[in-house]
Amino acid sequence: MTSTRDKFGRPVVVVTGMGVVTSLGAGKEDNWKKLTAGESGIRTITRFPTDGLKTTMAGTVDFIPIEPFSSTVLSDKLADLAAEEAVTQAAIGSKGDFPGPLFMAVAPVEVEWYARQEMAKATGATSGIDYNSMLKVSGGGEFASFHHRFLFGSVADHLVERFGTKGSPISLSTACASGATAIQLGVEAIRRGDTDAALCVATDGSVNPEALIRFSLLSALSMHNDPPHRAVRPFAKNRDGFVMAEGAGALVLESLEAATARGAKILGVLAGCGELADSFHRTRSSPDGKPIVGCVRNALSDAGMSVDQIDYINAHGTGTPENDRMEYQGISAVFGERAKQIPVSSNKSMVGHTLSAAGAVEAVFSVLTLEHQRIPPTINYDVPDPAIPFDVVPNKARDAKVSAVMSNSFGFGGQNASLILTGEPA
Amino acid sequence: MTDGKPAREAWITGIGLASSLGEGLDQHWDALEARRINADETTFAPYIVHPMAKLNFDLQIPKKGDQRQMEAWQRIGTYAAGLALESAGIKGNTDILPHMDMIVAAGGGERDLDVDASVLNAQAQGNADPGLLNERLMNGLRPTLFLAQLSNLLAGNIAIVHGVTGSSRTFMGEEVAGVDAVRIALARIAAGQSDIALVGAAHNGERKDLLMLYEFSDFNLKDKFAPVWKRPDGHGGFALGSGGAFLVIESKEHAQARGAKPYARLTNVVADRARRTNPGAITATLEKLWGQLRVKSGATAIITGATGASGVTAEERAFLKTHGDIAARATGTSFGHIMEAQFPLGLALAALSISKGKLFPPNDSTGLEIEMSTPPTQIVVIGAAHWRGEGMALVETASA
Repeated sequence: MTSTRDKFGRPVVVVTGMGVVTSLGAGKEDNWKKLTAGESGIRTITRFPTDGLKTTMAGTVDFIPIEPFSSTVLSDKLADLAAEEAVTQAAIGSKGDFPGPLFMAVAPVEVEWYARQEMAKATGATSGIDYNSMLKVSGGGEFASFHHRFLFGSVADHLVERFGTKGSPISLSTACASGATAIQLGVEAIRRGDTDAALCVATDGSVNPEALIRFSLLSALSMHNDPPHRAVRPFAKNRDGFVMAEGAGALVLESLEAATARGAKILGVLAGCGELADSFHRTRSSPDGKPIVGCVRNALSDAGMSVDQIDYINAHGTGTPENDRMEYQGISAVFGERAKQIPVSSNKSMVGHTLSAAGAVEAVFSVLTLEHQRIPPTINYDVPDPAIPFDVVPNKARDAKVSAVMSNSFGFGGQNASLILTGEPA
Repeated sequence: MTDGKPAREAWITGIGLASSLGEGLDQHWDALEARRINADETTFAPYIVHPMAKLNFDLQIPKKGDQRQMEAWQRIGTYAAGLALESAGIKGNTDILPHMDMIVAAGGGERDLDVDASVLNAQAQGNADPGLLNERLMNGLRPTLFLAQLSNLLAGNIAIVHGVTGSSRTFMGEEVAGVDAVRIALARIAAGQSDIALVGAAHNGERKDLLMLYEFSDFNLKDKFAPVWKRPDGHGGFALGSGGAFLVIESKEHAQARGAKPYARLTNVVADRARRTNPGAITATLEKLWGQLRVKSGATAIITGATGASGVTAEERAFLKTHGDIAARATGTSFGHIMEAQFPLGLALAALSISKGKLFPPNDSTGLEIEMSTPPTQIVVIGAAHWRGEGMALVETASA
């Protein structure tokens, strides 16, 4: 009989339900099929005019129509879809009555342009419009829905209503590591014995003109616009930036004990989580790679595992010149010579960078990798970078024996988080 | 309660405060004793705000380059975080800070109001050029503004300026994010998942874009300042404030090992989300949370972040009525509403009061806030958010 405690005496945390939406489609089945076929979800943006922009493609989710377009509304709907799939698969609780808390990774919410434009219209003026004149017409309740929509907690709020999670829901942002942090918070809560189950969801629907321009002004985005599906080139010598993308990932986490007791199917084990912040720079990694090294080591030590036990690394792999180089440097410092042998692939080469959602989306893909014993490729890898001698699983998926995966997420603001997922309890 | 092991005791060993009333513990205590209020009725008229006291940011953020990379809320927060580390005696401590955990409750999104207005006016004048928005934003936005807008970049700046790098998590969701930040930090310490944490938040209330967000639902206090309890239900509201509140929380063992003295013990933090469409739900939730805190008998006080907003504050008043013999203080009167930071502010003032053996005087003309002449041994901190979420904490005298 498997112990329900890990080697440190903590409750083993398992995954019993997963959901995912990306630019490749909705649901695990569709995503996995396309991901292992090496398909790209990156396309030319049609949602808004791209005149004057240097980057004109993204991994948008266009199959959920929203009029007028709102990133917050889309984030909400993506989260809803992913959570629904996860909760249904887990068959936990009853409808609208999830027996645990919600940990929700979401992009920072702000009043969007369509709301500002409506306020400008409400002033009745055609010139001299400013925040003073808009403030004068904001009150009275006519625009109360804007207040409710543009609170930071609004996406989590809707999910609580829908799924009936318990207690105070936590909305969080650790930039591009947010999805991993949401999972980590769930793991910690279960290990503490605060709860037997947690719903961890991460979502991002950020492809709007201002968000795109913000990243563009930081010179972070790829400008390989044509053809768009060739844009994301993680670890390749001709990589030139990341590609913004939308999506959501959701995981139902449970203690092994509770999951076993109710006869739930165990999809994977959350064996370890690591994090470490970087104090070097707001958008760049410390050149010595120490924070990434420390983060990866923290995850291994939290899982009580050695580098030899990791069979595959689901890379952060954004395709920016700097990230990919730093990721290799960090991994090779920890894995030594094995860094050149262990398969390391980037889901982002196909789905793009789903930002706040990426950590959870990639955790779902990591568990699917364990389930199918098949590693998704890094596509668009035609020009190897001699400075990054990873086995990137170039261009074609590969069957392999995989019993433990490390999934990395690194973000602006010095955010680093790593997860270790296994098929069976260690 | 973790793994059958008893929960570890946690102490508040550092407090950093910066607000409309000044900076540091002495200035704040003096202001509270003097019942000083710094409310500005004119700059954003008809809206009232509690403006940030003038700070010399160089004292906590020595590099001008760092200051330039931040907007006001981040500067205030980084400053207050530095004060908290200083008060805990660990500022610049390269043994502790690299392992120190951090949870920040943050808003974000400071906008460039001129760029917004320029786009809106061009559109209002019939400029239907599809590339207009793109062109104005591409040319108008400062590249670094984005970094001032990202919620997690307050934590990022604290890591850069003060070297707190054990972990960095940012919670969002207005007032209750401030509750949950402390709740999770305490839970991790109690369970042995963390030894020492920097927790807090900062807010810049002097922002028209934020006033607009709250004006959509008529939450802003207008025209004339009034203490929180004096604001009539139906015409209530909050006066946004600027300020930052950070705490250093650590396990008793960790504090003792380094010879640190506690301001107070942080015993318990609880939170919930009332279904507010049901009348009385907030009162009932506060009563439930009170039960979960396990308040002991003895000299007890309450410090609340009551917003003054209609509905929620009336329900909180009903809750307080059932504990009417306990001296209560509303921080909103003196500090304004500093949103994510309001609950950490309440904890800071509770810990300070416990350590001084004295509750600061009432600042209320309605009689709800009563005098307290005995030294408080426990203080309950309440945070009922203006829109969603309720939290409560118990702060007690620490016994070494």
